[in-house]
This record gives sequence, C-alpha cells and structure tokens, in this order.
Amino acid sequence: MARAKPKVAFFDFACCEGCQLTVVDSLQTHLELLDAVDIVNWREASSRRDEDYEIAFVEGSITRPEDEERIEKIRAQAKVLVALGACAHTSCINALKGLHPLADVRRWVYGDRADWYDTYDVRPITAVVEVDAVVPGCPIDREEFVRVVKALLVGKKPPIPDYPVCVECKLKGNVCVYFLDPPRPCLGPITRAGCDAICPTYGDACEGCRGLIPNPNENAMKEVLAEAGLTVEEMMSRITMFNAGHASGSEEWEGED
Amino acid sequence: MKIDVHHVTRVEGHGNIAVDIDKGEIKECRFDVVEAPRFFEAMVRGRPYNELNHITSRICGICSVGHSTTSVQATEKVMGVELSEQALLLRKLIFHGEIIDSHVLHTYYLAAPDLLGVDSVIPLAETHRGVVERALRIKKLSGDLCAMVGGRHTHPCALVVGGFTHTPTTDELEVMHARLVDARADMDATVELFAGLEWPEFERETEYVSLHLDDEYAFIDGDIITSDGFSYPPEEYRKVTNEECVPSSTAKWTHHNRDSYMVGALARINNNFDQLHARAKEAADKLGLEPVVTNPYLNTPAQVVEMVHCIEDAIRLSEELLARPVQPEPPAEVEVKAGEGVGACEVPRGILFHRYVYGDDGACEEADCVIPTNQNMANLNHDMEALVPQIKGRSKEEITLLLEMLVRAYDPCISCSAHFLTVEFV
Repeated sequence: MARAKPKVAFFDFACCEGCQLTVVDSLQTHLELLDAVDIVNWREASSRRDEDYEIAFVEGSITRPEDEERIEKIRAQAKVLVALGACAHTSCINALKGLHPLADVRRWVYGDRADWYDTYDVRPITAVVEVDAVVPGCPIDREEFVRVVKALLVGKKPPIPDYPVCVECKLKGNVCVYFLDPPRPCLGPITRAGCDAICPTYGDACEGCRGLIPNPNENAMKEVLAEAGLTVEEMMSRITMFNAGHASGSEEWEGED
Repeated sequence: MKIDVHHVTRVEGHGNIAVDIDKGEIKECRFDVVEAPRFFEAMVRGRPYNELNHITSRICGICSVGHSTTSVQATEKVMGVELSEQALLLRKLIFHGEIIDSHVLHTYYLAAPDLLGVDSVIPLAETHRGVVERALRIKKLSGDLCAMVGGRHTHPCALVVGGFTHTPTTDELEVMHARLVDARADMDATVELFAGLEWPEFERETEYVSLHLDDEYAFIDGDIITSDGFSYPPEEYRKVTNEECVPSSTAKWTHHNRDSYMVGALARINNNFDQLHARAKEAADKLGLEPVVTNPYLNTPAQVVEMVHCIEDAIRLSEELLARPVQPEPPAEVEVKAGEGVGACEVPRGILFHRYVYGDDGACEEADCVIPTNQNMANLNHDMEALVPQIKGRSKEEITLLLEMLVRAYDPCISCSAHFLTVEFV
C-alpha cells in the first residue's frame, strides 16, 4: 500500500545557506531522496510555497524579534523540526559577535546608522524552540544528512555520534596533527564526531564546528596540550571560534579550571 | 496595482520586491534586502590572523572559496607572505571549481526554471531528465574539483594563509583532468540549451566594474577597472565602492562614476572579453553576446560563457600541475606583522574586497568586507525604475515574473550582503 509521501519544507535564518547547498549536493549521489519526500516549501530552490508541511529543516540562528515569531510559527506547524547545521544547533560563528558589547558591534558595521537595523544577542534555533533532531556541523556532512533523513522516514531518532572526532581520525589512519612540526591545536579530542574527521584528513586541525561532546575528558585534553607545548589559552581561543554560544551541547565543559 | 513579493524565491537569502503603480503612475519601485544582518566585521575583531579565512568563509555557502581566497590574500599582503608557484596554480584551480559550481547552480537550478515555465528544478527531473542529470554531473565535477584541492567545496578547510595544508596527488589530478576534458561535451550541450532560450528584452547601459590583469582573464588579483575608463589598485577600492546605508535595506549600496554600477559575469565579459578562452568566445557568439552587452538579463548566459572558460583553463592548469609534477608542500611560513592589507578577487557574483588591519600580535583590529551583491543593489534598483515604466501596461503576473527574473539575473547572494535583500510589491 502506497502511503502519501511526507511533506518537507526548508527554512533559514541568519546563516550562509551552505547547509542547504549541501542538501542540494546530496542529490548528486542520492537522487532517490526526491522519490521519498514531497518538498513543498524551499525558498532557496523553488517558487512553490505550501504552508502544509510535516517535516521542517531549519538552518540559521535567531538574531531579531521578527525571527522569533517566524520560528514559532514553523514549530507550530511542523510535526518534526530538525535544526540543520551549526548555526541552528550551536549558533556557530554567529555567536562571536556576543564577545563584544552589542552597541560596539552595531557601530562598527553600520556607523551612525546603527539604529536602523534590529539585532540582539544571537541564539541557536535549539535555544528558542524545541527541536526533534539536529544535524551538526559547519557545513553539515552530506552523508550524515542522508542518514538523518532515512532515520526520520522510518520514524527513528537520527543516529548522531557522541564520541569524539579522534575516533574517526584514527579509523582513517591519519597522522595526528599534534605530531606535526609545529603541532597544531586540534579540537578533535573533545569535538563530536560524524564528519569523518575531514579537517585533520586534509592536514588542518579540527575547529570544533560540530560542538563539544557530552562530558569531554578535560584532563586528557590538558595532557595532550602539555605534551605538544600548547597552552590552555590557545585552545580556549580556538574553541570560541565555533563555540562562543552557550548551547554547545556540553554544559559540563567549564573551561580552564 | 501593488506588487509585493515578500521573499523572492530561488535566490540566496531574503529579499523583497515592492512596486506600486497607481493609474499608470509609479509610486514605488524597490528591491530591499531584509536578511538578518550578521556583523562579520565585528565577529573577526580580536581573532588571530589564521582564523580570519575560516570565519569569513562562513559569509557565504556558495562562494566560500572566493571569500577564503580573498581573505588569505589580504592577510598575506599584511604579513608579506610569498606564495609558491604550485600554491598559486592550486588557488587558481580551486577558484575555477567554485565559479563553475556557482554558475551551474544559478543557470540551471535558479534561472532556467523561469524560462522553462516551472517552479523549480525538481519537476524538471521528470520532464527534462537529461538536462537535470547534466546539471548534477557538472555540479558534481566542480564540487569534486574544489574538494580535491581544498578538502571540501563549502568552507574549504585546506585553503590557508601561505598556501594549502594538503596537496592533491598526481593520480587525483590525472582523474580530474580526464573528467574535465569529458565535460566539454556537457559544456557544448549547455551552450546549446541556453542559446535556445528567449531572454526578456531590456537595455540600460551602466558602468561595468571588474578586476583586470594584463596576461589573463582576471579572477584572482589584478587592478580594478571600469568601463568608464577608470583604473585603481585594489588598495584604493573605497574610491570605487563609496558604500552608504539605505534605510529599507540591510545591504549597503555603492556608486562610482554614475549613480550605480554593475559587477559580475556580465561586467567581466564586457571588460575582459579578449582574454576569454577561444572556446568561451565561440560560446559567447552562439549565445548572442557581443560586448558591450547592456541587457542585465544576459548576466545568466554570460555565466555560461565563463563556465566554458573555466573548464578550459582548469584543463590547462591541471596539465601544468601534472607537468611539474605536483609535490606535497606545506604552507609558506608566516612572520606575524602589524599592518593593513586588501584582498580583491572576482568571485562568481563579481568583485569582492576584504580589508584587514592587524596588530603586532597578529590579532585583527579592524575589518571591512565589500560584497558583490551589495555593489549591484543600487544598479538593480535603477534597472527596475527603468524597466517598470516600459512594462507597466502588462498584467500583474507578467510584471512580477519579469521583476523576479531581473532580480535572479543578478544572482544575488543575500546572506553575503547583510550586510543585504527583500522584494516587496506594496
């Protein structure tokens, strides 16, 4: 018996839309996804705009009162709301603006016209409405997105790893970037896996874009840093690049004490 | 008649068209950017120099290679970093990958549905399966090219100050070279498809602004030139951009010699046509593009011409890399210095500037990013003001479609510009 295909919508708030583009790219290798769902609302890719949807994928962070109203409407309509990517999950780099006084931030960008533009402290979607699932990362990983969609279609909670990037990096047989000369401050030991350790695989250090794992092993992290001659301060600076927001997925991480 | 397109679809980000025609008199005619401002220039303050490319890459998911390249260029100018020849070749190669990727997205996925009378590319998967499969194939090729060099296309992790943290292997380059050569057939079919489409008629001459190099079609670096005969080094970009805030828009507007100017593929082919690859010139001929082209709707076929050029130049670059042959090479060492530097690149939507000021500790003290979409906002609005009187007698649906198509022709990237876009027909 054929069941009606679930109606899917995509929305975005403050972000670069790179995660929706990754969704477009996932179609290159998974065109079958289009047979499994009915995309009824996707401003970036289509002029079709139905408000009758069941699954909403939402990218971006909330930065203005008007955004809050819009996400609440989406929440009220969607049976399943998925936070798509780091901006929706943890605020991503959008939260960096919160490291400065808001008045300065507005003046630096818009000068004496600052009051023309509404803005307040950034929050991820996860901090404004209840979400049913998240797809972490900046940008999201294409294959993980496909796994999430498949899980949702069979009514299961998407399998997001809670172990660190180091696990995937080891499985790939990479040389640890802490052994490079000079060693690089990699956040792999405390960052949520699921990206197939892409940055260390390409010689860069993990930047922590997927948020921290629950209960990161602070002592082991400090030992690794000490061995590499790196300081906790260097590491904390690096952590704030993608995790300056509060909802990093790890309330336990207390920083340098 | 009031036209209020609240959030134009098939563009990147949120923009509104607002038009009000009362008894034949045009009371209002605007395109506004209503994207939430993100304050990148504030986000990067205090951050170490080696994070700037990773942070500013996040301005845009479509042109993140462009932002990364412009960003590292600005930082390299401050720190006096010299790139190796190999790193420069790889930078050009990944840059072509992104131009192709972005242009195939715009021409096939965003613009073509209007000309084929459908809402999106999705129904085309049934009616024009071959066209969609070709688009997906070109998109995959360009994405794979970016990933081979930069680790991934969206936010390339291996593209850093001083070069790359990863080098593609000879095997990978050989496979990519073969795929690029095979893509010529898809390019021929693309030119044929777009040459068969009918574009709206509308002419309005404006000032065309782009980078220019003496020895090649400029994408990375060069001097700023304009079709009104001006030329400036990148450091003097503010003489061209003259940014100003506009109340209805979170994107700033710019103007130079006239009340607005245009950047992007059309400006580039108008200014640098002679330097296009011979096959790209043939494509331009088939598409009916003979500079100076003054119909902004033809920015879309101009992108097709650039796709052909970039495929050909990527073939040449991969041959050059294979002939060296390519060797694993760490990024150049950076000696931290204080100072100011400007990066300038021709990203898919036009000329992009990043200016940074660094302190002695290598932390960013000040930043300014001027985005192509912002630079096009005033020109798009002036196009609308010129177009609406010519079409005001037509039906509301027709006017709306022509205005939406005009907005899409500019291929605006609104996340970038917000500092950016809304179409509100009030």
